[in-house]
Amino acid sequence: MRKIIDNVQRSVLWLCGGIAVAFLAVILVYVIARGVPYINWEFLSTAYRPGLDQEGIRDIIVGTLAMVGLTLVIAVPIGVLAAIFMAEYAKKGKVLTTIRFCVESLAGIPSILYGLFGYTFFCLQLAFGFSLLSSALTLAIMVLPVIIRSTEEALFTVPDSYREGSLALGASKLTTLFRVILPCAIPGILSAIILSMGRVMGETAAVYYTAGTMARAPSSVMSSTRSLAVHLYLLVKEGLESGDAFATATILIVIVVGLNALANFVAKRLSRKLTGGN
Amino acid sequence: MNAAIRRESPGKKKFYKVLERVTESVFFLCAAAAVLALSVILIFLFIQGIPALREIGVWNFVTGTTWQPSGNKFGILPMIVASLLATFGSALIGGFIGLMAALLLAEVAPRFLANVIRPLIDLLAGIPSVVYGFFGLMVVVPLIIQLFGGTGNSLLATIIILSAMILPTMVSLSETAVRAVPQAYREGSLALGATHMQTIFRVTLPAAKSGVLNAFVLSLGRAIGETMAVILVAGNRSTMPTSILDPVRPMTANIALELSYASGLHAEALYATGVVLLCFIVVINITAHLVLRKKKEG
Amino acid sequence: MSEVKMSAKDLRLWYGDFEALKTVSLDMNKNSVTALIGPSGCGKSTFLKTLNRMNDLVEGCRIEGDVRLDGEDIFQKGYDLALLRKRVGMVFQKPNPFPMSIYDNIAYGPRVHGIRKKKVLDEIVEKALRGAALWDEVHDRLRKSAMGLSGGQQQRLCIARVMAVEPEVVLMDEPTSALDPISTQRIEDLMAELKKKFTIVIVTHNMQQAARIADRTAFFLKGEIVEAGDTLQIFQQPRDKRTEDYITGRFG
Repeated sequence: MRKIIDNVQRSVLWLCGGIAVAFLAVILVYVIARGVPYINWEFLSTAYRPGLDQEGIRDIIVGTLAMVGLTLVIAVPIGVLAAIFMAEYAKKGKVLTTIRFCVESLAGIPSILYGLFGYTFFCLQLAFGFSLLSSALTLAIMVLPVIIRSTEEALFTVPDSYREGSLALGASKLTTLFRVILPCAIPGILSAIILSMGRVMGETAAVYYTAGTMARAPSSVMSSTRSLAVHLYLLVKEGLESGDAFATATILIVIVVGLNALANFVAKRLSRKLTGGN
Repeated sequence: MNAAIRRESPGKKKFYKVLERVTESVFFLCAAAAVLALSVILIFLFIQGIPALREIGVWNFVTGTTWQPSGNKFGILPMIVASLLATFGSALIGGFIGLMAALLLAEVAPRFLANVIRPLIDLLAGIPSVVYGFFGLMVVVPLIIQLFGGTGNSLLATIIILSAMILPTMVSLSETAVRAVPQAYREGSLALGATHMQTIFRVTLPAAKSGVLNAFVLSLGRAIGETMAVILVAGNRSTMPTSILDPVRPMTANIALELSYASGLHAEALYATGVVLLCFIVVINITAHLVLRKKKEG
Repeated sequence: MSEVKMSAKDLRLWYGDFEALKTVSLDMNKNSVTALIGPSGCGKSTFLKTLNRMNDLVEGCRIEGDVRLDGEDIFQKGYDLALLRKRVGMVFQKPNPFPMSIYDNIAYGPRVHGIRKKKVLDEIVEKALRGAALWDEVHDRLRKSAMGLSGGQQQRLCIARVMAVEPEVVLMDEPTSALDPISTQRIEDLMAELKKKFTIVIVTHNMQQAARIADRTAFFLKGEIVEAGDTLQIFQQPRDKRTEDYITGRFG
């Protein structure tokens, strides 16, 4: 009897593991297998003009990169400095608890509410309209928790003995921070940045309502543009040429999954650096 | 004594002191930005949403079953029901499969296999939600039509896609929790003659309970807040679902679908939907917080 | 010969409500090694950390009484903390090289204190490494990470790092407790060499070590100094019964 139950339980474990892997593998293989045949240089290098039989995504890639860039320019300095305050300066108490609570809460807000907020606040209230700027500001708030948390973690893994060693040599707190602690934490911070790039690229709801859907490369921060994820959504929703959709989805998956892999790799280097080796 | 590093001039020393002060203030301001951002978001959401709640009435809004902006009827009960059914349905399915897969990886599977599967699942956590929606529309929806008939875009399709989406989170967080259980527990159980499976389900899993619960709550949050994947497969009909094959419109989809053309009371009702959605998220988190704290005390 | 370099007078210290030091007074002479001995938690490390004000980093730490360096009160208002820590260097229990190259570890202190010229830095690095008897072992891999050195080498690197800022006093907090006997021997030899230039204060759990290297020894117990004097006298004719109990191993 005991043996039967054991075997049933074991089978359930293997079955569920199999389902999980199969589920995810099917999604990947299905999308990529259908997308790859449509990807060629023309697809990547021409503009999107559906009326003229041109379905390239050049401008959309440019728009996506601009969006990622501007978002990081806003979010990274704020996020990293905030994390430094929390990990190195703030004393335990109400201030720190409040800040940490807010960071956690920001991480828990669904992206559609970021879209709703960005649309109302940046596009309408501040009259930035559907623009690169509106979307970058919205996305910056959205990835702020990712950057703050990972940076804080990276700072926590720097041993206190480094801080003591530096201070005991007569270095000031600020010097210690910039010469010893931050260099140690750089792989962690870098992986946070890469992770945020992935988040921004994969985001649809918040971008759709702040950047608009103009399929042109942006000429300034005030122009509307379209990211790869939004492009995919529009193609799917309108039921247009599904070959394009598969190709776009494939590119999106490759980039985002690649970024995540890179982030993991970089984060692993941090622990190696701190535990020795050359 | 090295003359070059003896004493700095008083002016320079003062400059450094001021510099330290200034940078510390800058660090603080950046941290305060997080507080500011959250406050502004919440205040805005409520300012925009409250008038609608007042005009329609909270009770009418939350329990009304008809959503007809052109007829000035704003009831979101069907959407609340859709959100809850989709969220809990997918959390149960995805949560269960994910947890079992985590146990497999942590306790049963040979090391090399686990080492191959784990990073794959971690990477899948990053797939954009719109891709899941796309896959659902191309594969899951036609499959449902073939098997059960109907429109295919349905609560069932939504649950299936959301289950897949929360799998990576669930697997990776639960596995971490299970692995954190001290080896001594397992050895103690095995030494008493318990089988491997008995040890897993009676000792290891209970010991990892709070971590698993935490993973489950995060999955709930991800499912209830998901928008783009849902829009593509849910069918988006704003009536009360009577079967799992009916099309549904969760709260997130309601906001995303109509925001671009809504105005006046209609737009305000969408913000109010956002407020209700946020309330549910807060309730989920508070419940989790209480349960986790009780676990720690008890 | 026995010129006082650093002195503590009626020093009292609290961590929150806990009184870690109760009216401690001690003179530390120039060009000599002063050993602080006593059971764990007796306050000797706390005392050591007060001498370069590393205790300032601990939350809830309160200090009364005074500590003088060359007759100057180090707790007076506006006292330059960076300069104090440059003049009073510290070697920690666990070797704590920074995750940088060997060269950058040594050059860190001088750079922090404003030396930029490469030629000057090169000289300082070589001198410090020679002084710490490490030069011969590492001179061909100065640009390699310091994390690749052995524990004993890392500790000598930390000593060299302190010497590179040319301190006057060197505090050592159980510098050999994490090392093997051979590395310990080398560091003890090094100390005999170092005291010609510096004033050394060392905390140690190892009675033999104190007897071997220290000129003067102070015995701490429960936050007080029970007895302080010439090492020879402390070990051979302790005046206090408790000192005798401790050094003969009948105690804690």
